[in-house]
Amino acid sequence: MALDAQKLDLLGLQRLSREIRARIIENSHKTQTPHLGSCLSCVDILVAAYFHTLRLDPVKPRDPDRDRFILSKGHGAPALFQVLALRGFYPVSMLETYGEDGGLFAEHPPTPTHLAGIEAATGSLGHGMPMGLGMALAGRIQGRGYNVVALLSDGECNEGAIWESAMLAAAQRVERLCVVVDFNKWQATGRSCEVMALDPLVDKWRAFGWNACEVDGHDMAALTRLLSALPDGSGKPVAVIAHTVKGKGVSFMEDDNNWHYRIPKAEEVAAAKKELGVV
Amino acid sequence: MRNAFADEVTKLGKEDPRLVLLSGDIGNKLFDGFKEHAEARFFNCGVAEANMMSVASGMALCGLRPIIYTITPFTTTRCLEQIRVDACYHKAPVIIVGTGAGLSYAELGPTHHSLEDMAILRTLPEMTVLAPCDQTELRLLLRAALELDGPAYMRIGKKGEPTIHATPPELRIGKAITVREGNDVCLISTGNIMPEVLKAAELLAAQGVSARVESFHTVKPLDETRLAEVFAAYSVVAVVEEHSRLGGLGGSIAEWRVRQGGARARMLSFGAADVFMHEVGSQEYARRKFGLTAENIAAQVRAAAHAA
Repeated sequence: MALDAQKLDLLGLQRLSREIRARIIENSHKTQTPHLGSCLSCVDILVAAYFHTLRLDPVKPRDPDRDRFILSKGHGAPALFQVLALRGFYPVSMLETYGEDGGLFAEHPPTPTHLAGIEAATGSLGHGMPMGLGMALAGRIQGRGYNVVALLSDGECNEGAIWESAMLAAAQRVERLCVVVDFNKWQATGRSCEVMALDPLVDKWRAFGWNACEVDGHDMAALTRLLSALPDGSGKPVAVIAHTVKGKGVSFMEDDNNWHYRIPKAEEVAAAKKELGVV
Repeated sequence: MRNAFADEVTKLGKEDPRLVLLSGDIGNKLFDGFKEHAEARFFNCGVAEANMMSVASGMALCGLRPIIYTITPFTTTRCLEQIRVDACYHKAPVIIVGTGAGLSYAELGPTHHSLEDMAILRTLPEMTVLAPCDQTELRLLLRAALELDGPAYMRIGKKGEPTIHATPPELRIGKAITVREGNDVCLISTGNIMPEVLKAAELLAAQGVSARVESFHTVKPLDETRLAEVFAAYSVVAVVEEHSRLGGLGGSIAEWRVRQGGARARMLSFGAADVFMHEVGSQEYARRKFGLTAENIAAQVRAAAHAA
C-alpha cells in the first residue's frame, strides 16, 4: 500500500527508513543482486526527499511542474525501486518481478518511459547530474518553478563530467539544482579519498561556485530541513555533502566494503532485520 | 554550410519556442542572430562536450528541442557514451550537428578530421544519421529532424560549398533524392562530396557513360526501396562518401546487400582509407590522397561498366 507522503513525522520517516533497509536486504538475498552497502547508505536521503520534500503526485508522474529527483548513482536502484513503490508510483507487488527475465527491474533504473517515477536511466556514472542540469535549465526556460535534486556517490565524483556540469551550473547560476553527495567514504574497490584525491570535497564544490554544506546523511531532521530550503537564496546551485556510512543500519555491514558486492545469506537477512527492528 | 545552418537555426528559433541552441565554445559570432531573438535559449556550454550532451538530453526530456553544435569529433566520439545513454537510450529528441565533417578541416590534422562518425553513430539504436549535400538539403533536413521523436545526428561541411539544388526539392528523411538521371551506371553520394560526384558524372557523360546520381542525405534509416531499384536497374553502383570506407554509407549498403541475397549490380565503394593522415594538406589534397576525385571515380566506374 502506498504511504501518504508529507504526513509522516520525523519518527515515521525514521521507521520507514528502517523498513526500506530491511526490504532492500531481503531483495538482495532473494534476487542475489549486489550493491547493498551503496543502497543502505542513501536510504535516509531518499526517504527525506520522497516522503517529505519533493513536490510529486504519483498519479501524475509526468506532470511538467513536478520536482525531479535523479538517482545519478544508478547502482542504488534497489533502494529507489522500494521507495517509488512505497510512494505509490507502482504497486509494491510489482517488485516481486525484480531481476526476472523479461521484467523491468534491473540492477539499474530503466528509462522514464518504462517505469513511472524514474527521471533518468542511470547506471553509467556521471550522467544523471548533467541531465538534471538540463532539466533545471529547461524549467528556467519554460518558466516553471520545479527543483531538481541529483543524488551522487562519492565514487561518481571521479567522473570528469560531474565537474564539467558543476562549472556550467555555477556559470548559469542555476539555483533550482541541488546535488546531494552520498559520501560513504568507499567506492567499489577502495577508500574514495585514497583512490582519487577527493578531499576536501565540500571545498571542491565551493571552489566550483556552488553553495555547499555538510550534513550527517542519516540525520532525518537535518536532511528534510536542507532539502526543503530550495532554492536557498544564494543564487547558486546547492551541494549537500552528506556524510554517510556504507551499509548503514546493520552493524555487521556498516563501513565494510565487502558489502558492495556481497550477497547476504538467509541468517544474515534475519539478523539484519532483527537489528533494524523489522519483523 | 555552417552559415546556412546559423541562418536556418535563427529562423527556426524565432518560430519554435522549444528550440534551444547549445554550442561547445565555437561559432559565437555565427549565432549573434539567434541570440538577438532568443538569448535565453542559447548556451555556450564551454569546452565540455560530455556535459553538453547530457544537458541537452535533460532538456529534451522536459519537452524542449535542443540542437548541439560543435566540431564533428567533439560532438560525436568525444561524448559517445552520453549520446548512447542519454540521447539514444532515453529516445531524447536531441539534434547533434557536427560541423567541418569528413575532411573539411583537413589542415587542422587528424584530431579534427571525422571519418568514423557515421559508422559509429549509426550503430546506436534510435539514432537517425543525416549528411546533407548542400545548404538546401541542410535547411530542409534540419526542419525535418525537428519533427522526429528521437535523436538525430547531422554532419555538415564548413563554408563555401556550392549549392546543388537550385530550388528546394521535396525532402523526407529516409528518402533519397535523384539529382541527375542516367541510364548506364548509378552514383550514390552522401554529404559534401556531391560536387565531386556530379563532376564525375559529367566526365563519364563525355566518355559515353550515362550516370544517374542519387543524394543519400539520410544514411540511417537507409532508403532500401531506392537501393533495391538501382541495384536492379544498373550493372554498376558506386557509393561515394567523405568518410572511412569502413562502416559508413558504403558499409551500410554492403550490409543491406547481404540481407538481400542477390542484388545484381557490381558495387564500388569510394571513401577514405583506414589510416590517419600524418602529412599536412588541404581538403583537396586529402581527397586526392584517398581517391575522392571526379577523375578517379569516373575512371574506376567506367572500367567497371566496361567489365560488366
